[in-house]
Amino acid sequence: MAAAGLYTIGGSFWEFGEPDWDNTEFFMMFGVAEDHDSNPIKKGLAKLKERGAKFVSVNPVRTGYSAVADEWVPIRPGTDGLLVMAICQELIRTGRVDFDWLARYSNAPWLVIDTPREASHGSFARDADGHPLAIDGRTGKPSNALRSDIRVRLSGTVEVEPGVPARPAYDLLMRRCMETAYSPEIAAARTGVPASVIRRLARELADAAFERAIRLAQPWTDWAGRRHTHVTGRPVAMHAMRGISAHSNGFHTCRAIHILQMLLGAIDCPGAFRYKAPFPRPCPPGQKPVGKPGEVAPGAPLAGMPLGFPTWPGDLLVDDAGRPARLDKAYSWEAPLAAHGMMHMVIANAHAGDPYPIDTLFMFMANMSWNSSMNTTRTMEMLTDRDPESGEYRIPHIIYSDAYASEMVAYADLVLPDTTYLERHDCISLLDRPISSAEGPADAIRHPVLKPDPDVRPFQDVLITLGERLGFPGLLTAEGEPRYPGGYPDYMVNHERRPGLGMLAGWRGAQGELIGRGTPNPEQLERYKENGAFWFHEMPPEMHWNRHANGDYLSWAKDMGFIDSTNQIVLQLYCEPLQRFRQAARGFGTYQPPKALCSRIETYFDPLPIWYPPLAQAALLDEYPLHAITQRPMAMYHSWGGQNAWLRQIHGANAIYLHHATAAAQSITDGDWIWVESATGRVKGQARLMDGVERHTVWTWNAIAKRKGSWNLDTDAPEATHAVLFNHLIPEFLPRAGDAARLSNSDPVTGQAAWFDLRVRIRKALPEEAGEAAPQFAPLPRPPGLAPAPTISRYGEDFHPRPKPLRRKLT
Amino acid sequence: MTGLPASTDKKLGLVIDLDTCVGCHACAVNCKEWNTGGHSAPLTDEDPYGGDASGVWFNRIHAFEVGEGTAGRTVHFPRSCLHCETPACVTVCPTGASYKRETDGIVLVDEDHCIGCKLCSWACPYGAREYDLDAGVMKKCTLCVDRIYNENLSKTERVPACVATCPAGARHFGDFADPQSEVSILTAARGGYDLMPEIDMKPTNKYLPPRPRANTCTAPVTDDDSIAPSGFLGLVDRVFSR
Amino acid sequence: MHPAYSVIFFTVSSGLGFGALMLLGFLALIGRLDPDPWLAAAVMAFALGTAAGGLMASALHLGHPERAWRAFSQWRTSWLSREGIAAIATFPPALVFALGWVVFGEVRFPYACAAGVAALLALATVTCTGMIYQSLTAIRAWAMELVTPGYIIMALAGASLWLAFAWRLVGNVDPMVTHMPLAAVLLGWALKAIYWRRLDIPSRGPTVQSATGLGAEGVPVRLLESPHTQENFVMREMGHRVARKHAVQLRRLAQGLAFALPLVLTQGVAQFPDLASWLATVLVLTAAVSGTLGLCVERWLFFAEARHAVTLYYGASRT
Ligand SMILES: Nc1nc2c(c(=O)[nH]1)N[C@H]1C(S)=C(S)[C@@H](COP(=O)(O)OP(=O)(O)OC[C@H]3O[C@@H](n4cnc5c(=O)[nH]c(N)nc54)[C@H](O)[C@@H]3O)O[C@H]1N2
Ligand SMILES: Nc1nc2c(c(=O)[nH]1)N[C@H]1C(S)=C(S)[C@@H](COP(=O)(O)OP(=O)(O)OC[C@H]3O[C@@H](n4cnc5c(=O)[nH]c(N)nc54)[C@H](O)[C@@H]3O)O[C@H]1N2
Ligand code: SF4
Ligand code: SF4
Ligand code: SF4
Ligand code: SF4
Ligand code: SF4
Ligand SMILES: [Mo]
Repeated sequence: MAAAGLYTIGGSFWEFGEPDWDNTEFFMMFGVAEDHDSNPIKKGLAKLKERGAKFVSVNPVRTGYSAVADEWVPIRPGTDGLLVMAICQELIRTGRVDFDWLARYSNAPWLVIDTPREASHGSFARDADGHPLAIDGRTGKPSNALRSDIRVRLSGTVEVEPGVPARPAYDLLMRRCMETAYSPEIAAARTGVPASVIRRLARELADAAFERAIRLAQPWTDWAGRRHTHVTGRPVAMHAMRGISAHSNGFHTCRAIHILQMLLGAIDCPGAFRYKAPFPRPCPPGQKPVGKPGEVAPGAPLAGMPLGFPTWPGDLLVDDAGRPARLDKAYSWEAPLAAHGMMHMVIANAHAGDPYPIDTLFMFMANMSWNSSMNTTRTMEMLTDRDPESGEYRIPHIIYSDAYASEMVAYADLVLPDTTYLERHDCISLLDRPISSAEGPADAIRHPVLKPDPDVRPFQDVLITLGERLGFPGLLTAEGEPRYPGGYPDYMVNHERRPGLGMLAGWRGAQGELIGRGTPNPEQLERYKENGAFWFHEMPPEMHWNRHANGDYLSWAKDMGFIDSTNQIVLQLYCEPLQRFRQAARGFGTYQPPKALCSRIETYFDPLPIWYPPLAQAALLDEYPLHAITQRPMAMYHSWGGQNAWLRQIHGANAIYLHHATAAAQSITDGDWIWVESATGRVKGQARLMDGVERHTVWTWNAIAKRKGSWNLDTDAPEATHAVLFNHLIPEFLPRAGDAARLSNSDPVTGQAAWFDLRVRIRKALPEEAGEAAPQFAPLPRPPGLAPAPTISRYGEDFHPRPKPLRRKLT
Repeated sequence: MTGLPASTDKKLGLVIDLDTCVGCHACAVNCKEWNTGGHSAPLTDEDPYGGDASGVWFNRIHAFEVGEGTAGRTVHFPRSCLHCETPACVTVCPTGASYKRETDGIVLVDEDHCIGCKLCSWACPYGAREYDLDAGVMKKCTLCVDRIYNENLSKTERVPACVATCPAGARHFGDFADPQSEVSILTAARGGYDLMPEIDMKPTNKYLPPRPRANTCTAPVTDDDSIAPSGFLGLVDRVFSR
Repeated sequence: MHPAYSVIFFTVSSGLGFGALMLLGFLALIGRLDPDPWLAAAVMAFALGTAAGGLMASALHLGHPERAWRAFSQWRTSWLSREGIAAIATFPPALVFALGWVVFGEVRFPYACAAGVAALLALATVTCTGMIYQSLTAIRAWAMELVTPGYIIMALAGASLWLAFAWRLVGNVDPMVTHMPLAAVLLGWALKAIYWRRLDIPSRGPTVQSATGLGAEGVPVRLLESPHTQENFVMREMGHRVARKHAVQLRRLAQGLAFALPLVLTQGVAQFPDLASWLATVLVLTAAVSGTLGLCVERWLFFAEARHAVTLYYGASRT
């Protein structure tokens, strides 16, 4: 999701953008149950419905947001890309495209070289100064596409050099979208969305964008210094989340959605998707992942950020044989653009010693032996598996920091009990996942409101102490003294990622008079606390729109340290970095993928969006006819909602939801115990029949089930006896293709885990099998010294002292 | 006194908007959080970490499916005391612990007089009363009586806890006796209705039905659209300025 | 509604007690009381014991029994208050009557009057008990006119069997006493049969559509998700469901025990006067015990088959 956005529009759904709730006329949401900034979405939906704007939710399940949608589009999981491309075909076919927007703000006019057997094939034609070329409408000749006064063409062919033909990127996109594979009829067959509905949706999108365009009387200055009196708004907004990204075709599907937005000119303008600071950034942002074999050495700090944005094979973290350098194989040929890393493969890779065995697995705040791993049963075995010859553990030493007695704690050799977020400082920084809104940047802190348990230290303080003891230069002064003696609060205020750029952007400078860039302000945290623990700066209105091409904004953003140059951020319909990897797979260039991965790279590194069936499903269609997905329950936060005495009364167990027709086919009724089986495992839970679910889909609430003995719950807690965890069913590896290396069940472009590609079948359990969920595991031993959980809670009693009434416990 | 006031000066209550409620349970949790330290403290939880966890809640969120197929709809449905005008839960009470206030119509339980006979919970058709087995008394939604008149809270905060926290703007609070109040206007504008009117409790709280579905596409979609397929190339075959 | 065994026990026992007082008052007024002191002591002990025992037990079962005295204050509106007052008021005249009958063996004026007053107050008490249930509009099965008469008749039927046994125990075969059960039991049976038939008519009462205001007539409305995954007070107290098949079987059992068997036994004994007296007594005793057991099953069904309106929010489509 984030990768597709950053390589296409310099921002993304997820946490880097939001819809314009106040002005949008047509809001389309793909695969969202809750999302991170969930309350703002609920507020937004209420505003939008109040104004009578139309809200369409594309989702296999009709609950929560989809329940209040004006139109619920029940799509078969993993096929949204087809739906979106079919809508693009309809828009292109009926000419309802904002060509002016594409010409002005995207690389639609840039010429793509068409020399199939050459290294340069598919790359942008550039002039001597490296500027991309476009067809100059007046001369018909290639010319610097970035000139503000050029009048460009979006179709046709031109020779950029003798014998070197090239076409505008839009011309190629147009042909891709017009392929019959992406026609509404073909899409209807696979998505389950009728062709007439697809055509109507395309028409409604176009009507809203063009017939109900907004002309906002808001003057602004563009990147070329030209003054505009009004801003044009295309009031069509979109949002998407893991319903798109948790499939192995998620990257391309998400790019397709952004391209649909671009065809309608609906990016960062009134009524459309709007960036959140510090975005937009160049597509993709400039930093490269650090960690090539030469760049990592014991006792020496990493030379830069471990995460980044590769733009050519040379950026990958692989050895000269092309093998992954990182344990999780992120930024290897298996997952070249792994913007978030591939945390879900760490245990499996460490266990297999592939790419290399490890000595210590150090984890923080991740319940990896239960709900945040695939193939949970196998993962648990891996954590305790021994090498047959040496008898040693394959993963010898596990250190884990958790605030609760989760399932992962039992597997740790050393447990670092952490405070809860109420007992320590935390920082929600613009350098990581900001809480900005479209109107301006914002960040926040958490500060202790409860005194922590005496022998529990905040994890961030522990990390800083660890760094000091390991002699990290970043944490020690020249004299070898701790640079941040005050611990994490000290670090939050005084650490500078780059001169003047710290963790917090508010109240910088000696007197706290600066924002964004400024010297550390010792009183910064106090100022945050006075302001409700957050900082927000509303940008002047002329900076609010078209920020990728807004001169005032671009210069301000550079001063704030968001971006490094004030050049226009040209949005990328055509993604050249992908083509570079594809050419490498075709045998060009010094860095080429291992033989076994060539066809994979060539297929999936298409610079234009494609749709393909989710990888794990390719072989299993008839044996496992149903899709299995999960949804976030709004009242719980992953697994640790279960330790809350109130919340577990709401979600103490989870049923397996399926369509009543699908259930009737196997005479399954409400409450029946059923098996859900995949090629990887099987689980047993109780069925709940419903109407509002796509017929080939079964689903459940995420992360409700608990292993017996965990979380200080009684062993008869419904979380252990009745709840069901789908993670046991999800394979962490794709079906092995011959003797090729095992590939992770992830997106081939970004390594994003394909949680929702799961294919299953269901079967009614035998009468004697009814009564308890499966699989069951030996109860976890109680952590030593853990006080037994209370059998009655009178929380709040002391806030309202009253004479103790005669309290008798009746039967 | 369990006699009902002939009429009340104000008719305070809630409007629940079923068009925007997404069933997030925030109102139910925030209600329990406020009230477990308020008028009816504590809202006891039995076996809180065991197999039969069960606690006292004043507001609970159901979800219903209405109709089938494309006409079908999922509706998230919050349920709490409706502070009825002629509530049987008051008249049946043998001790006078259950009473309706003459000033604002709020229906409350005086826990110092309640003998825990549970008859009022039987009398309420909406299941709005929950018995605190440990405290031996009946408890129910108080319309946050210890909050809406609370001087040391800011004006904006003097609304029920459930109304304050609802992110979807699906809960409104006000005086139904005042025709100009937001709740009265909303009820009239959106066709607010009573639950189980036939049982004649005359609920004060009103529910707003889901709005009719916004449908922007009026013109019928014809397959052979006006532009012939080959036509789209013509549309793009021109010059665009930057 | 949850048929708690304790509640069934209190209401049946107090029903028998006040039912007995009603019959004794009637017998006293028409001069058919047998002055035998042993009979008097036994019968009065039974009547007062069951009446008082039922009330005490239900009080003890309250959340705050120490405040039970408050339960008399709302007689203007609360049938439960009225029941309490009527019940307490019954005891003085009943004790005066008991004094006369048991201590002085005196059954005429003024004790007969006391018996009559006690009988009327007992009738008032049982009427109030019936009205507590009949006034609950939230429970369709209870908000029916037959409920209060049902409580009265069942009390009389149950008590009449015990009185017939007591009379026989002391060898008194006054036809008035031996035939009382015939009238009460037959009337009870008829009344119950009508009640159950009316109960089985699909109710015009509230539906899930009217409870939620969703779905016009005929549009299905189904519970998708309950607010909690474990049981709570409301579901434990009012969510009890009894399977249709099970309920029909229990209705037959109740009729057999409460009506059929007692009738056969009491009338059988009446038809064969020359039966050995010990055998007759045992048969009449069996009738009485069977009648009481039948009453318990009938009361269990009265609760179990009652569907509370709140169940409409938890998956029921009608009550
Ligand atoms: N309350 C709460 N909020 C949370 C979290 C939580 O645990 N609790 N977790 C946080 C985290 S870590 C994350 S990553 C986000 C996740 O936020 P979301 O992505 O909103 O949450 P999910 O439940 O993963 O959403 C998946 C949704 O996509 C739908 N879906 C599944 N497959 C498809 C498909 O192929 N196509 C389409 N169109 N839809 C599909 C599912 O039915 C579901 O509604 O939520 C964050 N916020
Ligand atoms: N089937 C299925 N599986 C999924 C998903 C899905 O949609 N479906 N979603 C996936 C996604 S997007 C995500 S993000 C993961 C989420 O999975 P995780 O990130 O593992 O989330 P949790 O299960 O909550 O585990 C977090 C752990 O941190 C602990 N913790 C809580 N607070 C603190 C604290 O302050 N300090 C410390 N040190 N620990 C703390 C909790 O007790 C818990 O054990 O799940 C993934 N797994
Ligand atoms: S969890 Fe916190 S940050 Fe997220 S939506 Fe809820 S209130 Fe907002
Ligand atoms: S909703 Fe129930 S508890 Fe509330 S006033 Fe009405 S009858 Fe009484
Ligand atoms: S439980 Fe309390 S409030 Fe309810 S009827 Fe009995 S005494 Fe009145
Ligand atoms: S008004 Fe107050 S007591 Fe009533 S449901 Fe809302 S928060 Fe709870
Ligand atoms: S907080 Fe609002 S949206 Fe959430 S369940 Fe309550 S009423 Fe519905
Ligand atoms: Mo996540």
